[in-house]
Amino acid sequence: MKHALSPQRYLILLAVMLTASVGDTLLSHGMTQVGPVSLHHLGTLFIALKNPWVICGIFMLLGFFASYLTALSWADLTFVLPSTAFGYVVVALLSRFWLHEHISLYRWLGIILIVCGVGFVANGPSLTEHHSSAGDTQ
Amino acid sequence: MTAPSPPTGTFETWATIVTVALTAIAGDVLTAGAMRRIGDLDDIRAHSGLAGAIKAVVSSRMFLLGVFSMALSFFSLLFTLSKVDVSLAAPASASLTFIGNAAAAKIFLHENVDRRRWLAALFVCVGVVLLSR
Repeated sequence: MKHALSPQRYLILLAVMLTASVGDTLLSHGMTQVGPVSLHHLGTLFIALKNPWVICGIFMLLGFFASYLTALSWADLTFVLPSTAFGYVVVALLSRFWLHEHISLYRWLGIILIVCGVGFVANGPSLTEHHSSAGDTQ
Repeated sequence: MTAPSPPTGTFETWATIVTVALTAIAGDVLTAGAMRRIGDLDDIRAHSGLAGAIKAVVSSRMFLLGVFSMALSFFSLLFTLSKVDVSLAAPASASLTFIGNAAAAKIFLHENVDRRRWLAALFVCVGVVLLSR
């Protein structure tokens, strides 16, 4: 029942946490440079694909999906998902210490709760054993 | 200039938010189920290389259905954001998705969602709501 993760697998989980939040931030930064996109001028989206920040953001999100799928192949969904939420904490901390934005008391409380939630599952088993389904994967 | 849309009713607001959450949960559970069936990607990559691992993933119907559900969730989120404030839609749909995923993982994937994992889902859910304030 106890599935301890190797350091390499913890790195994959770290990639899940970081790539999603950094990718979203890069996309957001790129789209502010591109400007607003209206429903009548969807062609602007193709111009956005030439923006280096948007391109980096897309590659980051591709990296997120690859590491997310890899993690799901050896860990439970309820183990991996809280890791994705940790990305919210990364964005909040980046905005506080890099962009010097103000973080309210509510947000600090939210950060503490998410860190606790991730800590709960990180200390538990990563995968549920299914004895009867041992031969199902062929 | 487009005309401002009329205020959205409570039922319509929550119907669109729940739709976002349900399609996201379906996407996550189908994708996780597909990866469970495919097996450890590290082992597949060791035997068949990166191309073999990619082929194993994209040839799974369950995975493709999961990606389709994720796409539906994305477009329903866009639709929701056109009618509901982002400060309500984003945290509400994310929180519902976290709790719904814990229940769906227990029911459909038969994961051992013990007290520790329920607490984690609850803490993350409340944390996401607080972060959006």
